[in-house]
Amino acid sequence: MMKTLFTALIVMMSFQLQAVIETYEFETPEQEQLYTEIINELRCPKCQNQTIAESNAGLSEDLRYIVYQKVSQNQTKREILAYMQERYGDFVLYDPPVKPSNYFLWFAPIIVFLIILAAVLTKVGRRRVKGEQSESGEE
Amino acid sequence: MIPELGNFFLIMAFINAIFLGVLSFVGAQKEHKGLMRFSKRASISSFVLILLSYICLTVSFITNDFSVQYVANHSNTQLPIYYRISAVWGAHEGSLLLWVLILTGWMAAVALFSKSLPKVLVTRVLGVMGFIAVGFIAFTLFTSNPFERVFPFIPIDGADLNPLLQDFGLIVHPPMLYMGYVGFSVVFAFAIAGLLQGDLDHHWARWSRPWTTVAWIFMSLGIALGSWWAYYELGWGGWWFWDPVENASFMPWLAGTALIHSLAATEKRGVFKSWTVLLAILTFSLSLLGTFLVRSGVLTSVHSFASDPVRGRFILVFLGIVVGVSLLIYAIQSSKIRSKANFGLFSRETALLFNNALLAVVTFMVLLGTLHPLIQEAFTGGKSSVGPPYFNLMFSIFMIPILILMPIGQQINWKQEPIKPLLTKYWLWAISSIIVGLAIVIIMGDLQPMAIVGTTLGLWVLAGCAKYVLAQASKSDSFSAGLKKISRSYWGMLVAHLGVAVTVLGVVLTSYFSIEENIKIRLGETVEVEDLSVEFYDFKNTEGPNYISSGGSFKVSSDGELITKLHPEKRKYNASRMVMTEADIDAGLFRDIYIVMGEPLDDGAWAISVHYKPFVRWIWLGTIFMALGGLLAISDKRYRQRRREKKQAKKDQVQSAEVSGE
Repeated sequence: MMKTLFTALIVMMSFQLQAVIETYEFETPEQEQLYTEIINELRCPKCQNQTIAESNAGLSEDLRYIVYQKVSQNQTKREILAYMQERYGDFVLYDPPVKPSNYFLWFAPIIVFLIILAAVLTKVGRRRVKGEQSESGEE
Repeated sequence: MIPELGNFFLIMAFINAIFLGVLSFVGAQKEHKGLMRFSKRASISSFVLILLSYICLTVSFITNDFSVQYVANHSNTQLPIYYRISAVWGAHEGSLLLWVLILTGWMAAVALFSKSLPKVLVTRVLGVMGFIAVGFIAFTLFTSNPFERVFPFIPIDGADLNPLLQDFGLIVHPPMLYMGYVGFSVVFAFAIAGLLQGDLDHHWARWSRPWTTVAWIFMSLGIALGSWWAYYELGWGGWWFWDPVENASFMPWLAGTALIHSLAATEKRGVFKSWTVLLAILTFSLSLLGTFLVRSGVLTSVHSFASDPVRGRFILVFLGIVVGVSLLIYAIQSSKIRSKANFGLFSRETALLFNNALLAVVTFMVLLGTLHPLIQEAFTGGKSSVGPPYFNLMFSIFMIPILILMPIGQQINWKQEPIKPLLTKYWLWAISSIIVGLAIVIIMGDLQPMAIVGTTLGLWVLAGCAKYVLAQASKSDSFSAGLKKISRSYWGMLVAHLGVAVTVLGVVLTSYFSIEENIKIRLGETVEVEDLSVEFYDFKNTEGPNYISSGGSFKVSSDGELITKLHPEKRKYNASRMVMTEADIDAGLFRDIYIVMGEPLDDGAWAISVHYKPFVRWIWLGTIFMALGGLLAISDKRYRQRRREKKQAKKDQVQSAEVSGE
């Protein structure tokens, strides 16, 4: 099982070295901006670790075209991402959705920070009290 | 013959390192003079043996010895000589040898430059490093030997070095980065040695500090070089992708940055000792974890090495042993460590605590984001991704308090400071930062809230450095006399923090105000891109040493005035048949203009991409400042003073010896 996984990884190693340059035309600059934003947040489903904006695999090319069409039809970002998620799973979303299985990912750093903060403040507070005591003790 | 020789040296180094590790600990335990001397010599001989082995591999590359598998896979007769030399670290096996070379290099440096340190401590430090070397040499010898031959069918020519790596940036990037990764092994070894001894006084922090700073300097430059390389070579104008492999180097850097700060507190005030030691262990553990992530192939990344599971398992076991054993030692011995000094809530100690808390959380966040897809897949089997949107958001959340606190932290006194005068000192600077930040964003065009926050914070840090210098200067009679009173290590801190400000401004302004447009253009045509007009005036096919290039020539002008001529290329490499785009960049302090050639379109036009990137150079310029700051810090008087004292002591000894001789 592990072996096939690794072989698959090695096969996928083949680099895409060329920059992707396509010249889609949009009705409004907002549409173009939305298009760029979306293709930079979608992961190419069969590449190593690339957005569909960077990858020039055939599949990415098709996906970019789909995004282009949907943007031109004035669909929202949410709709387009939902469409992609439905077909390719969470894997294509570089922006992990906030849902129970991702709660740890999204909230752990903040909780850890609050814990450290509380620990630091109580420690400093205790130290200060001790410091004052020892100073008064010297008097 | 030469590859066998290389292999032989490698085996010798392996045996040498085993003796070094074992005998150092025995020697330190028994305080045996002979063994302690041996430990120093064995460290140096390890380095020499690995260097010889490394030279053998380099010679195999230069002489195109394709009977060596590694050379055959990563070189070619057409490859220019300088790339043949750098191809040694172009892939897994050779780069591992470079890694070991650098590790033993650090070891030899510790052996040579620590004459003023207690012998027992140095011996333990070298012993710890010796064991690390054993692990990595074993890894090279048993799973990734670069000297393996391909008898009897020797290829006529090699498969060529990956074209991506045929570039100056990539020649320098790995050695720099490895200097950093491996450099953290020194402070790690100091921490373990100190723990084993059970006495970690402020000397311990003073000795570890310069080593940590040097490693950190290399790491900073290594990361910046990688980012710069990605920017000009990959051809999509990005400079940081939050790719797992980038994160693998970013995590030890973040932890190392925290370590530098907590070491300062430990040295000056004797506080946070136990935390500093833990941080030293964690920093090196993250370096090892980075190695594991890059070389095991568990993460899918644009630029990790192709690899097999045996290697992954080896590194994982090694990582487990190093982390497990060192945490065990920490758990047993850390109760012996006592921090003494008291400090108030508003003091530099507290500021440094916050710095460390925030940097530790950022490190944790990057680790979590990098490993989360793996963990999730292991538990639920579902594939998921964590990418730039997550990292950018989370990173900003924690960077904001770091940047707000930085100018205050660098000026506040040790121990205790009343808060009210402190606040009155700062409000004027804060308001000016906001006004100037707002002005800059208005000039750049688009009033985005995060751009205003980022710019303001960058300026706030900048103002903090200026304020400090002004305050110091005003304490003395004349400005220059005041400046002279600031110590080297303080200058170091100021310059490094200035670097942070510069990098922050670069990152924010590039991210929010870059223009990127893909256009169709025919030879002879002129196309407008925002305020720029781009003219496609020439097209040529040329031949390079090992590739064929099609290159376009473009005039970029603004308001009828020529700004620059750019010549982007598409190269097709002969041996690998890979096509690469070479962007051409007109670099400037305030903006870059960047053109990439795309594909020829059906109607004879070319697709090209034109980027306008304001302040992008500041990202790397800031890193250079940070590194300079580090250099200033380690050139501080108190490190030199010790040397002078030592020299004096030696002189005295010699004199007294002469006297007694008479």
